[in-house]
Amino acid sequence: MDYQVILNGETYNVAIEEIDAHEEPIKAAAPMPQATAPAIGRSAEHIRQKPGKWNILHQDRVQRMQAAARLVQAGKIVDADNTVALIETIIKPGDKVNVEGNNQKQADFLSECLSLVDPSKIHDLHIVQSSIALKEHLDIFEKGIAKKLDFSFSGPQADRLARFIHEGKVELGSIHTYMELFGRYFIDLTPRVALVAAYQADKNGNLYTGFNTEDTPVIVEATRFKQGIVVAQVNEIVDELPRVDIPGDWVDFVVQSPRLFYVEPLFTRDPALISDAQVLRAMMAIKGIYAEYGIQRVNHGIGFDTAAIELLLPTYGEELGLKGKICTHFALNPHPTLIPAIESGWVSSIHCFGGELGMEEYIQNRPDIFFTGPDGTLRSNRAYGQMAGHYALDMFIGGTLQIDRFGNSSTATMDRISGFGGAPNMGTDAGGRRHASNAWLKCGDEYGMKAQLTGDMPRGKKLVVQLQETFREKMAPGIVDRLDAWDLAKKAGLPLPPVMIYGDDLTHLVTEEGIAYLHRCADIEERTAAIQAVAGYTDVGLEANESKTRELRQRGLVRTPEDLKIDTSRANRSMLAARSVRDLVRWSGGLYHPPARFKNW
Amino acid sequence: MALHEISFLIEPQEGYESIPVDWAHNGVVGSGDMELLMQKTDSAAVQVNIVTPVAGYDAIWEKVLRKFVAEARLGGVSIEINDNNSTPYVVATRLKQGLLEAKAGERE
Repeated sequence: MDYQVILNGETYNVAIEEIDAHEEPIKAAAPMPQATAPAIGRSAEHIRQKPGKWNILHQDRVQRMQAAARLVQAGKIVDADNTVALIETIIKPGDKVNVEGNNQKQADFLSECLSLVDPSKIHDLHIVQSSIALKEHLDIFEKGIAKKLDFSFSGPQADRLARFIHEGKVELGSIHTYMELFGRYFIDLTPRVALVAAYQADKNGNLYTGFNTEDTPVIVEATRFKQGIVVAQVNEIVDELPRVDIPGDWVDFVVQSPRLFYVEPLFTRDPALISDAQVLRAMMAIKGIYAEYGIQRVNHGIGFDTAAIELLLPTYGEELGLKGKICTHFALNPHPTLIPAIESGWVSSIHCFGGELGMEEYIQNRPDIFFTGPDGTLRSNRAYGQMAGHYALDMFIGGTLQIDRFGNSSTATMDRISGFGGAPNMGTDAGGRRHASNAWLKCGDEYGMKAQLTGDMPRGKKLVVQLQETFREKMAPGIVDRLDAWDLAKKAGLPLPPVMIYGDDLTHLVTEEGIAYLHRCADIEERTAAIQAVAGYTDVGLEANESKTRELRQRGLVRTPEDLKIDTSRANRSMLAARSVRDLVRWSGGLYHPPARFKNW
Repeated sequence: MALHEISFLIEPQEGYESIPVDWAHNGVVGSGDMELLMQKTDSAAVQVNIVTPVAGYDAIWEKVLRKFVAEARLGGVSIEINDNNSTPYVVATRLKQGLLEAKAGERE
């Protein structure tokens, strides 16, 4: 829709989208009044010279809604066959559009329909969404439907995304963390149209997002409360919802998808695949970090190392007398590998970012542990989960692909732009944190550079721990001289190498060689020496100075399994509370129903 | 896939000991794992023979083996390894386990 602006006595036709896009100069659409027309300014100030026009966005919304009215059946329901037509009606070229792509639930039908619109009608869209997970998420760039992208995580499309950026098919805005992108939804990346996914809707547009609520509330709120348009694909339209997760008056159109939306079982780790080296690192972490600091509030990354920790709590943790002292509260997706610890009474509370396939019935039967709705099913919420993960935890612990001699780590490799997801928000000290916990105070008290930064003022520090095998499969070193992220940044024209966790946030590095207590180090040279000391036979490790390593061990800046009095001959799979998915099902009393691909019985 | 062979000799430290049994075996050639065979020999030096699908890491193999032989004060033994992509941690662990089991074998 064009809007007429009177400026200096001249009449201009201005496209609404450009009014919304404050960062770009507003271009006058044809007809241009004259070649010497004054450039229109950067903000909406000029437009407001026409009095009483404070609801341009709303008027635009109304026009789009009216144009789409012909496609609506009862209430807010649009037939699946009319979805492409609906999208072509409500989206305008240049719009900021969110296609709900979480790291689990996908608005896959709406995404497919968006990829089928006529590029002569809909083009140059600016896509703002957290995950680029589906083929269609990038097809729209190949077809010219979309042009610019701001996102968080790309996972399975990481290599194709890197290629598209290199070939100029995708104009990359920025790679964000989840919280960062959600924040920008409310500042300068507000979607004009959001295409979201829910399990169920009623005819009034109320949505049930259930287990996989994930990003939906934050997307819908940002879009609808800035006069945008919200379309939801649902698996089912019902008369009565189990509960209302999104109120119907925030939703404009409901489409019953011809197929169930896709959900990725992203957090299921088969205990059968946990290695002895992972068991050793897990034992070291439990004794040298969890027990040492009394870590009660924690987030675990999704790798096998943390799965090993979860499965050692009822065995090794019990043996060390740690029950009730560590791992009582989690910000965590419903990891099936946590079932034995929950069943053994270790865990008081778990808040989830998303759901996990197969865990539905188990969660429903453990309402004291999980956040569940009045209907009894899980309510996840990625925005709140990330907020909790940033501010309310004692520790983040996870794995990475590469870590350098300064402790910077990245999952980027040369040909993949995989993005960040949530790890940087959890794997960083929250500068705004003010509440104290024992673990946080102890870590802050030990901080070797504290006196140089804040003098004698007491301040805590979040523990940020990376578990890293010195060599991964095919002898790829896990500790490197220089991150591949540098080359990726150069190749893709990124303004800086994509670093998952910066060295100054990292407090502990755990390898099979030992634990480096990096935050205890006095300066960067000492940090590098501590990293070298646990880097094994990598090029970085081979540079370790033996006498310096001995000194670091004496001062407790580095501790080997021997220093920790861990019997390495016990570090094998027999320590795990569950050694197969079937064991997890047994622990759950039959309440966990793993997806077929994890079942071999 | 062409297999890569690595052989080298490690001179033992003074006061070295061989294994208490004629031979000891540990591990299987599963993915990411390796098979170890240690045999008592007449010569003092430790003869190492490695068969691995991965080329280019001879120096690391030698460092891992030398560290093991030095720490265990081992001599009078040959070490044969059939590797299938083990990491240095797995190699060091299998060596330690093999030696422990050889010593335990004597007691039985």
